[in-house]
Amino acid sequence: MTEKMNAHSIGGQEVTGATRIEGPLLVIENVSGVGYDEVVEVIDQRGRVRRGRVLEVGEGMAVVEVFAGTTGLTIEDTTVRFLGHSMGIPVSVEMLGRVFDGLGTPIDGGPEPLAEHWADVNGQPINPTARVYPRDPIQTGVSAIDGMNTLVLGQKLPIFSGSGLPHDQLAAQIVRQAALPETHRRAEGGADSNEFAIVFAALGVKHDVAEFFRNSFADSGALARVAMFLNLADDPPIEQLITPRAALALAEYLAFEKDYHVLVVLTDMTNYCEALRQISNIRGEVPSRKGYPGYLYSDLAGLYERTGRVKGSKGSITQLPILTMPNDDITHPVPDLTGYITEGQIVLSRTLFQQGIYPPISVLPSLSRLMKDSIGAGQTREDHAHLSAQLYAAYAHVQEVRSLASVIGEEELTTVDRAYLTYGRAFEREFVGQAKDENRTIEETLNIGWRVLSILPRNELTRVREDEIEKYYGKKN
Amino acid sequence: MNDTDYNAKRIGEVIWVNGPVVRARGSQKVGMLEVVEVGPEHLVGEIIGLEQDIMTIQVYEETTGLHPGTAVYGTGMPLSLELGPGLLRSIFDGIQRPLPVLEMRSGVFIGRGVKTTPLYRKQKWQFTPRVAVGDKVRGGSILGTVPETPLIEHRVMVPPRLTGTLTWVAPEGEYTIVDPIARLQMAQGERELTMMHRWPVRRPRPYQLRLPPSELLLTGQRVLDTFFPLAKGGAAAIPGGFGAGKTVTQHQIAKWSDADVVIYVGCGERGNEMTEVLQEFPELTDPRSGHPLMERTILIANTSNMPVAAREASIYTGVTLAEYYRDMGYDVAMMADSTSRWAEALREISGRLEEMPAEEGYPAYLAARLAGFYERAGRVETFNDATGSVSIIGAVSPPGGDFSEPVTQHTRRFTRCFWALDKTLASARHFPSINWLESYSEYVDEVVDWWKAQGYGDWYNLRAKALELLQHESHLQQIVQLVGPDALPDDQRLILMTAWLLREGFLQQNAMDEIDSYADVEKQIAMLRAILHFHDRALKVVGKGCPIVVLHDLPVVNRLVRMKATVANGEVEKILAISQAVDEQMDKVETDYL
Repeated sequence: MTEKMNAHSIGGQEVTGATRIEGPLLVIENVSGVGYDEVVEVIDQRGRVRRGRVLEVGEGMAVVEVFAGTTGLTIEDTTVRFLGHSMGIPVSVEMLGRVFDGLGTPIDGGPEPLAEHWADVNGQPINPTARVYPRDPIQTGVSAIDGMNTLVLGQKLPIFSGSGLPHDQLAAQIVRQAALPETHRRAEGGADSNEFAIVFAALGVKHDVAEFFRNSFADSGALARVAMFLNLADDPPIEQLITPRAALALAEYLAFEKDYHVLVVLTDMTNYCEALRQISNIRGEVPSRKGYPGYLYSDLAGLYERTGRVKGSKGSITQLPILTMPNDDITHPVPDLTGYITEGQIVLSRTLFQQGIYPPISVLPSLSRLMKDSIGAGQTREDHAHLSAQLYAAYAHVQEVRSLASVIGEEELTTVDRAYLTYGRAFEREFVGQAKDENRTIEETLNIGWRVLSILPRNELTRVREDEIEKYYGKKN
Repeated sequence: MNDTDYNAKRIGEVIWVNGPVVRARGSQKVGMLEVVEVGPEHLVGEIIGLEQDIMTIQVYEETTGLHPGTAVYGTGMPLSLELGPGLLRSIFDGIQRPLPVLEMRSGVFIGRGVKTTPLYRKQKWQFTPRVAVGDKVRGGSILGTVPETPLIEHRVMVPPRLTGTLTWVAPEGEYTIVDPIARLQMAQGERELTMMHRWPVRRPRPYQLRLPPSELLLTGQRVLDTFFPLAKGGAAAIPGGFGAGKTVTQHQIAKWSDADVVIYVGCGERGNEMTEVLQEFPELTDPRSGHPLMERTILIANTSNMPVAAREASIYTGVTLAEYYRDMGYDVAMMADSTSRWAEALREISGRLEEMPAEEGYPAYLAARLAGFYERAGRVETFNDATGSVSIIGAVSPPGGDFSEPVTQHTRRFTRCFWALDKTLASARHFPSINWLESYSEYVDEVVDWWKAQGYGDWYNLRAKALELLQHESHLQQIVQLVGPDALPDDQRLILMTAWLLREGFLQQNAMDEIDSYADVEKQIAMLRAILHFHDRALKVVGKGCPIVVLHDLPVVNRLVRMKATVANGEVEKILAISQAVDEQMDKVETDYL
């Protein structure tokens, strides 16, 4: 899984003087044996140290990316020390309850945590044959998720949001309420815990946002189970390329070596992609869409795929990345490529938000790919799959009826279509809408689903089975 | 790839590293596309450019830590596969390394520089010769057979392009894939043959004659088989944005299609999806043979976080395996999910080579590469005079679901079947979300005789009629959006109703439902006949002045919508009974209202 040193590269080499400085990049000549992706320390004329890594090596030449930027570095007096290994961080269970900067250095005033293990931040791909297919639903207490887009232990499910929408509140609520599946509680929870360990990475977000999450964790008494990696809006953006990787390296250690169930929150992935684009532009790479590099997909996959469950370990990693869609555009490269990698998405809607509905989850474009094998008898309830398909189909029809009603007026609609309108409002207000601290069981969620569905005439329900209609339709529960 | 069969020799040293692209200086005797090994860990790579003494290498593994001055070793061979018994039931990475062996060697995470042979050397296979000493044979001739799995008989062939006379043939018995099973006297000398041979992935395997596709590749998916059929030996594209249902559709075809052998290539996709296939296929049984589906399946998994250059190779690895089984006389279906990730791998490598980009950063040779890949599909006469086929079904993931982007557009040029996925349908959970107005198949005229031979001479007309109704509906819907359905005359509202029956009761198919997941041809036709019969009867009744609302409330409507999940394959008499009920209820309507 990890390697402290690459045995074949020559460490400890020091070179003074750069050939070129451009943005966060340094070009160094007269070096030999420098390895690709190696970590460096850059020392300025006053002896201050910044960290960086090697992006490209040629004969006697290396291109170095300096995380903290190159401000103040000079051609003549800059010293670069090549460390001979790739970027890694020490990881340990003790890191829970601590706060780190974007590169994994503690910033909470406490001592360096004892390293139980040295982890390469880049990790390595999980062998698909070694994975365990995720099948255990997590109850988040949020109906639009539990009922329609069930989150599964070991899933990567991003929240697609827009600026100003309550994605942080929703993520915090999920983290607070997420309950391990029955089968994984107690002994299996890793270090006798009944709860998730939480790894939180802030990527270029505002101080307030980081503080909001910290307070939310503190209020629910979770702080001792949280490791926070903070790269805030005024920290060097290039560090963001390392921050999620450092966080995931810790998550992998906790999950796969120490049997913890880990919930990883990454926010905001759009900022991360900005940082990647910035580096790519400075290096003069051929851009693909909207100036993002052609390898954005592979790069994001390298983060998102570090999720799941593996054979031989009781732990798991569940990822909840948050990204704001620029201009609420879901076809923007960042949400688009993310959607192609993650196992679904939770999409927030500005329209619902403006109607005062919380959480403003737009269920039609939302999806959980792992839901199909994780619900039903024995997992949630036997009618779950059909019920959610019916709620979806009916709500999709509501959209058609609404656009029709906006042209011909509600009065002109057929009785059935008017029932759909009533259903649509009830679905949004009663099923999707709930309080910020309301924690519904899956049973409650499904019952509310049937309650709003019962607004529709019976013979409109073609996705649910006859016996399910018999059992749940129109029943007071 | 395999350190036991040849000795790699030092051919140069690294001078430049940038991600998966490495440049080295050294021997000028290295061939284009030769496989090389880089550095002390012997990372596998391939030569993709030569200029004087500088060679450009794409490396199939992570290059972290690689530095200038490190050695490069040549192997003298292009990127090749091992072909022989033991391929079925396997899961390989993009360059044919068996993933279970990698797991044994390096654990949960895929380590670097792990060397292993693609096929297990020690396994003994029961070989039954089909030839005798003195027989004249050529490349593709069948030497004997091996029961590779209970489903598939492996036909051991003379490697392509060899001709000669057999001087020795092993008697029936158990052999490994490296034991000699025959000796071939050729003009150039004598050569020992084993059950295994190698073939370079980027070179299409030869065949005797190309045949026109004429048989339906039966998938059990109604919207595909009945509406947009793919012929065996054809190529189809499934484009769709994320969440539109590409993967589920691909999985359904892999599970239910009547191909003899299925090659599933997960190219730059999700790890959990490959795990799902791996865990599900051994448990699922083939509806025709009753054996586990895995016994006819080979999986290639190069997930999105595995090295990008191996992703580029994975498509070729898949199609070469498909051609190998085709050459034995089998019908092979290959699924590639997703070809867009493969195109992006090309783009990424091209970018690192600083080549001049064409559209959206893709290299100018994108179209040529796509054409070269899809042209490897086909129905052929093999060198052992059998008929075999390779059908390719390629998923395309257009950014933002926009079909005008280069990969979708070029793919359209080289495939004759286009299954357009529709996000709106997917949002309403109408699956498979194949849009019936945008999709097409150019194989319709080619498979019409196949349908006739199955005894369904009316397929062509039923299909045309149903499509016309759906087409008509989409026009009417535009009017409905403006003035509401009540403004339409009843015969037009009937079209809306029949189209609804077609959409809900026929086109929509639930992959999760035990009965509905697979529909055989008999059931497909019976369902379509029943729905269209309803339409014909209703049209007459409405023509006589019966209000449409009366028809909406007929109890048989509910039975028509639900028959897909209530009537199992082989129970078409139940559908006939529903048709009969249509007649009875219509008769009653006629007497009551007219």
